[in-house]
Amino acid sequence: MIPAMLAANPRLDRWVSFEPGGRVRIAFGRMEYGQGIATALAQMAADELDAPFASLRVVPAATGDIPNEGLTVGSMSIEFSGPAIRTACAEVRALFTAAAADRLGCDPAELDVREGAFLRGGQPAGLDYWSLAAEVDLARAPTGAAPLKTPDAMRVVGQSEARLDLPAKLFGRTFLHDLILPGLRHARVLRQPSPGAKLASLDEAAVRRAVPDVDILIDHAFVALICETEADAARAHAAAEAAARWEDVRAMDSALSEPAALKTLAHEDIAAGAPPAGPSNRRRITAAYGKPFLSHGSLGPSVGLARFQDGKLTLWTHNQGVYPMRALAARITGLAPEAIEVIHGQGPGCYGHNGADDPPIDAALIAIRRPGRPIRVQWRREDEFGFAPVGTAMLMELSAELDASGRLVDYTAEIWNAPHTGARGTAVAESALAGYVAPARPFQPVLPDGSRFTGGVLNATPSYEVEATRTLEHLIETPIRASSLRSLGGAPNTFAVESFIDEIAESVGQDPLAYRLAMLSDPRARAVLIRLSEMCGWAQRWEVGTGRGLGLAYARHRSHGAMVACAAQVEVDAEVKLARLWCACDGGLIVNPDGARNQIEGGMIMAASWTLKEQVKLGGSGVASVTWDDYPILRFDEVPPVEIELLNTRDPQPFGLGEVSQGPVMAAIGNAVAHALGARIRDLPMTREKIATALLA
Amino acid sequence: MRRTIHLILNGRPVEVEAEETANLLDVLRADLGGYGARFGCGLGQCGACAVLVDGEEQPACAMEIGAVDGRSVLTSEGLGTSDAPHPLQAAFLELQAGQCGYCLAGILVGAKALLDRNPDPSRDEIAKALAWHLCRCGVHNRVLDAVALAARRMREGAPA
Repeated sequence: MIPAMLAANPRLDRWVSFEPGGRVRIAFGRMEYGQGIATALAQMAADELDAPFASLRVVPAATGDIPNEGLTVGSMSIEFSGPAIRTACAEVRALFTAAAADRLGCDPAELDVREGAFLRGGQPAGLDYWSLAAEVDLARAPTGAAPLKTPDAMRVVGQSEARLDLPAKLFGRTFLHDLILPGLRHARVLRQPSPGAKLASLDEAAVRRAVPDVDILIDHAFVALICETEADAARAHAAAEAAARWEDVRAMDSALSEPAALKTLAHEDIAAGAPPAGPSNRRRITAAYGKPFLSHGSLGPSVGLARFQDGKLTLWTHNQGVYPMRALAARITGLAPEAIEVIHGQGPGCYGHNGADDPPIDAALIAIRRPGRPIRVQWRREDEFGFAPVGTAMLMELSAELDASGRLVDYTAEIWNAPHTGARGTAVAESALAGYVAPARPFQPVLPDGSRFTGGVLNATPSYEVEATRTLEHLIETPIRASSLRSLGGAPNTFAVESFIDEIAESVGQDPLAYRLAMLSDPRARAVLIRLSEMCGWAQRWEVGTGRGLGLAYARHRSHGAMVACAAQVEVDAEVKLARLWCACDGGLIVNPDGARNQIEGGMIMAASWTLKEQVKLGGSGVASVTWDDYPILRFDEVPPVEIELLNTRDPQPFGLGEVSQGPVMAAIGNAVAHALGARIRDLPMTREKIATALLA
Repeated sequence: MRRTIHLILNGRPVEVEAEETANLLDVLRADLGGYGARFGCGLGQCGACAVLVDGEEQPACAMEIGAVDGRSVLTSEGLGTSDAPHPLQAAFLELQAGQCGYCLAGILVGAKALLDRNPDPSRDEIAKALAWHLCRCGVHNRVLDAVALAARRMREGAPA
């Protein structure tokens, strides 16, 4: 079978070709943003081709130059792009093997490839990919007949190859933020305080007193200050902020910062799973968990560049996909997609749909109104916090029924949240343009089974064998621009589910590990939990309420991906101090062990930060927390040692690992804090105030 | 007041015409071709723009260019090159201490300032020295290990 991404981009030469000088050109539609995907996909390609890893050149992402694989999201690159690039390379290898056999007058089965050169009977046959390149036409579709390697035959997959993108990040100029095009002008947008706000007046003379040669662009409620230097653009922007009067500005209710307030918002309901439970005389337990709005918190505020010349628009972006950016720019500008070229550059980690899509659109709107010279828009820190999408808050009310032995037999998750991908395909600038109409419904892809994908019920039910489970999702009308944040609803749901499992185990007087294992028969899943329990010394766990806590949690990512268990050891007095974190993970075939560990650990640290520290505060006309002082994250002196073990790493099926560790670590910390305190905190983040409240309850 | 500011940037004397009150980070990036300091917050809260001024770590985004007149400024570009990396850069590469890498330039110079005053820091001392630097990808442990590795190599005589 041809993998979906290859079927959508069937020409083999779009994926792989041979360049003079013994180089292999490899292209894929996934964006590198520090997660190491370019390196891992190149390793898979090198193995299927049997070409030297060092000979691979990964094509910089730009429309036209790479296959269209949509967005780089959902930790799906290894699982979806991997098979496409592997199949393409296997097909190419088979075509070249046939060509070599033709030349040599032998059966293709007599030939093998090593380091890009053909062997016959184990001896060099005098041919390689490059000497045959002129006679093999790769402008063709795959046949689906070329076999893929099994893990035992892989030489590059399984090695910790160094990241291809990292050296440039240590030695110099590599970020899109560093790109200064000839003739460039710098611009800042005077942002509409909230969607629908109208510009009543702008005292342009006041702006010109600050920067005399500023070019002020006003189109409806879209206002840009264009200058020769970035410092002037910043000055003009500050002056314009003080000189603008807006009407119809939204007043944001700060009470909506709390997850419990989601219940007060208009919503539609989506039910799934088992039919509603009838009355029963079984023991019933309920608990409610909350997770606030979270910021992606990218370290570098987003940047974008645009040039409009001779009817053609060129955009530079560090977003999650050049083709979706082209579609977005085409929709907003009215230009044909063919008139738009999008070039990708390195950016700060985005962790989902952050502000990256926005400055290129800002720049495009300006460039089209000021053709010729390129325009660069650098967002400020307060723009990134204030106008980029946030991860939606969630309220999770869970209910469990237990049989006489205390086993969990019926499970209901009732969830309030905004669609997790809601702002996809939109830009914040749009609502300032004349004739803007808000989309009727936030972005929710339709799945093959016809259901809508909201991201809200991922991992909403336990990763154990439970007779009946159901979800009731209340999809709220979001009060603030919300969109994809790493794992969508998966990690918050796992926090809730796995906290709840500990509470149930405690209520029936059972050990949390034993309680989980009793509901888990899959040997791979059991191996993960058991290995974790050995790593963290679970057998020596001490009594509850000592101020020191040990907790664990388990989840199978999205119910069908990697199997992940985490443990946390904490010390709690006024605040939670993380002493150690552990993770055991069966992610199947591991392409790059060091890269896998880096992703898993990064996910753990980020989720520990979510659990203990983070909350977007709403207020004013939107987001009120717009500096790092308002939005603290975990720091170097708060990060604990982390130990990770990868299990079953040569299984044929690889799983994505970028989003798998967050949920289990959040719940492990929650369970450890409950063990330390003898009281549970169900509402994130676990701040000083929440600890005090839990102890007084 | 606009005037000529003289400074030693990454070991080379340079001069630049600027308003005294112009922001050091802006001048480094816009006028002096220095991209080793990165814009992160503009408020000295994140460390992405850290530079060493006469060996002392400072957020370039919160300094005026006039304040470095006659002084030396070091950015990560002054540490080493891919052909001749500083032991810190070599250790960061060896341990793959990075994901997106946006924070690394500031962390590298912060670590250099630490090792200049304390060649044998404990893990806690490294963590405390870097505590004002934010990293969002979660590579903290790798960074702590890489700084300790570089410190050991430098104590053993690696040229810095």
